Amino acid sequence: MAKKNKMLSDGPDWTFELLEQYQHEIARIAEHYRLDTYTNQIEVITAEQMMDAYASVGMPIGYNHWTFGKKFIQTEQTYKRGQMGLAYEIVINSDPCISYLMEENSMAMQALVMAHACYGHNSFFKSNYLFKSWTDASSIIDYLLFAKNYIAKCEHKYGIDEVEACLDACHALMNHGVDRYKRPQKISLEQELERQKAREEYLQSQVNSLWRTIPKSQKKGALKQDNFPNEPQENLLYFIEKNAPLLKPWQREIVRIVRKVSQYFYPQKQTQVMNEGWACFWHYTILNHMYDEGLVSDQFMLEFLHNHTNVVAQPDYNSPYYSGINPYALGFNMFIDIKRICQSPTEEDKQWFPDIAGSNWLDTVHFAMENFKDESFISQFLSPKLIRDFKLFHIHDDEKENFIEISDIHNKKGYQNIRSTLSNQYNLSNLEANIQITKADINGDRSLTLKYTPHNEVPLAESKDEVLKHLYYLWQFEVKLIQEDQNGHDEIIAQCPPPAEDKEKAS
Amino acid sequence: MANFIDRRLNSKNKSTVNRQRFIRRYKQQIKKSVEQAVNKRGVTDVDSGESITITKKDLSEPIFHQGKGGIKDRVHPGNDQYSEGDKIKRPPQQQGQGSGQGEASDSGEGEDDFVFSISKDEYLNLLFEDLELPNLEKNQLDKLIDYKTVRSGYCAEGMPANIDIVKSLQGSIARRIAMTSGKRKHLKELEQQLLALEQDTHEHIKEIKGLKKEIKALKEKIKKVPFIDTFDLQFRNYAKQPVPTSKAVMFCLMDVSGSMDQATKDIAKRFYILLYLFLTRTYKTIDVVYIRHHTQAKEVDEQEFFYSQETGGTIASSALELMVKIMNDRYNPREWNIYGAQASDGDNWADDSPHCSELMVEKILPITRYFAYIEITQRAHQTLWQYYSQVASTHEHFAMQHIKSVEDIYPVFRELFKKNQKQVA
Repeated sequence: MAKKNKMLSDGPDWTFELLEQYQHEIARIAEHYRLDTYTNQIEVITAEQMMDAYASVGMPIGYNHWTFGKKFIQTEQTYKRGQMGLAYEIVINSDPCISYLMEENSMAMQALVMAHACYGHNSFFKSNYLFKSWTDASSIIDYLLFAKNYIAKCEHKYGIDEVEACLDACHALMNHGVDRYKRPQKISLEQELERQKAREEYLQSQVNSLWRTIPKSQKKGALKQDNFPNEPQENLLYFIEKNAPLLKPWQREIVRIVRKVSQYFYPQKQTQVMNEGWACFWHYTILNHMYDEGLVSDQFMLEFLHNHTNVVAQPDYNSPYYSGINPYALGFNMFIDIKRICQSPTEEDKQWFPDIAGSNWLDTVHFAMENFKDESFISQFLSPKLIRDFKLFHIHDDEKENFIEISDIHNKKGYQNIRSTLSNQYNLSNLEANIQITKADINGDRSLTLKYTPHNEVPLAESKDEVLKHLYYLWQFEVKLIQEDQNGHDEIIAQCPPPAEDKEKAS
Repeated sequence: MANFIDRRLNSKNKSTVNRQRFIRRYKQQIKKSVEQAVNKRGVTDVDSGESITITKKDLSEPIFHQGKGGIKDRVHPGNDQYSEGDKIKRPPQQQGQGSGQGEASDSGEGEDDFVFSISKDEYLNLLFEDLELPNLEKNQLDKLIDYKTVRSGYCAEGMPANIDIVKSLQGSIARRIAMTSGKRKHLKELEQQLLALEQDTHEHIKEIKGLKKEIKALKEKIKKVPFIDTFDLQFRNYAKQPVPTSKAVMFCLMDVSGSMDQATKDIAKRFYILLYLFLTRTYKTIDVVYIRHHTQAKEVDEQEFFYSQETGGTIASSALELMVKIMNDRYNPREWNIYGAQASDGDNWADDSPHCSELMVEKILPITRYFAYIEITQRAHQTLWQYYSQVASTHEHFAMQHIKSVEDIYPVFRELFKKNQKQVA
């Protein structure tokens, strides 16, 4: 490198001027690597504030609810007892992109965090297709503010208990509040407020007409309404918001708020490995780039590498620290591996990845980041070399057998299977219970029927009865959960109110 | 492009509301935990908070999720010994289940209890919620009078030490303005006339001289108005206001005769702790007088009260007599709120019981706020209980309860201090 750079101070204590200098250099390098980011808003906070941020599960402005209090108490307890350290940063998918830096971090850590969060995660939020189509970074803060105020207003009007019960019920169904196929529209706060009033009235009128009990023109004979909804509905919260017969307008709005928040977090759930991998890849690349330019000292690099190594460590399956595959480790190594395949492909790589072997690595990692989610990313880019490095093996566990079987290990025969199994492991539709509304008996007893379709014969957990109670709270008429048995007959596996009454009716 | 914001000085208790919501929601469970914990406390341990345990099951936020069983395919790292086709025994606890699943799984966690701390105030609030001291308002002002000196405006006379300087100087300014305003007005007019004459093209020597003289005289007159006058002085005024006394004395009476074993005393002790804690919430200063008795009564300190062993017969009236004596000597009922609590296993020398109730009715109850008698026994009631029952039926501020075991303490305590007890009775 021709020009001689002046080395930046390596701390250990940080100052705002130093942060600015580092930020400036990191931004320059990030641009060199074509990282496209939202404007950064970097906030320095204390440990206590970090615990607050934890408690609100990554929402910068959260409405009030006891579960956040529980989360806070839990965090506080475990932190105080030293059972867990706090994360170095939290970053929020918004425009401007808010990242929190902890006051306690050393200068080297702050630089790592800035490269990781403000340029890694930030560019991921801005460019990954899921985030692009599912979330709207510019309106989320406004929307959360609207939600907080709206819920506070409801508490004032209808009492804390009422609102809390409604939120509890919605939270229970939160994972089933996402439109998987429809893209949400983007609207701002003012529009939201304007539309909210109009919506209240409109929604109620819609519901009223659906549930009208006055018989419609009987001349036309039996109405063709044998099944409502026409097709099974997977977005339970949406269905309730639009069709629950007795919900009050403000309750519908709360259902909507929870649904929107759920939607906002939906892409994050599906891109854990990629998002973290991408951020780790860039903090690693950027800081190394700085070192190559002579901007940072050896001491700085040692501290950085020490932390980096801890973050991307993968304990083995028999280690006491093992708790599944570390998304940071898998993601980081996959991006590094993609770069390797591009730069120095082996024969094996050319055979497995003919498209990318030898291509421009920067183009390729950007392409990979922008167009995939965890599941497809793994099935596309997990290389045999990485499978060998991680020594991955596949366990097949069938409840009916009294043993478990090692189906595949890291050998030629196993690569393909391990890759697809691992990919499935990140497939949300396999992980989350597949529950759909199949019938709402609008002409009869108004009961609601849901159907659970098991994946790989995995039954629904015990909590289903409790969840059904919450659903009953929202629907306010009988709720049934059915599952097909071996003979293809629907069998009721849970019911609210409990079936005791049913028998009485029957007899 | 980046903006740095220093948020460190912002409030850090963003979660306070949510924490309160949590406590509000789990009040019932927390109360139960508090009730269990109170039986484990030491007498003087009133300043600490309490750690609260709630079973995780009660706290769950249920969601639909996949359970155990079925077919599971998982990939794990770090293979060191297996080859494909190996069949191994299923590990006892399905390790790694739920891994990689993110926050979707809460099934992997054990049935640990959820433990957290509440502050002393939160603890006491929960402990004594819905309880009140009986007879507190009644006769408060006509009997329990203590005077407090309070400021009450200003007056024109008083001690020099009480002069309010600011107020006095304000008075002085006002007086000076008032006394000189006419003269000043006149002075202004004269000065204007003087100015007009001086600027006039014609000479008015005589008029100017006269005017100047007048002005001088006026200025002197203004000067003569005194800077401060006794009239200006303002003194701070004080008045005596009757306030209900906030001093209380609690008499703990306990039978230490041979029939009272350590377990029974322990129960009594716990009851006294509760009473003490409860009183601290209403009164700033509390004296505690410990009286123990067998055939004779004696005033003792806490240690001796609870732990020394005595034997002998039982004459309960001896303790009551001593209590009366101490009240007369040291605790004037006009100044002190007197509370009494007597704990016994019910044994008493039969001929003494009428005397006890007589003492109670004539000497003690008229001057005490409240007297509670608790009988800690598994056996049938004896004469003391019967005589006291008669007292209880005629006196509202005498209460008696029966405790069989440790678990009864808190419920009995609540029973004694239930709100609106009088109206119910």
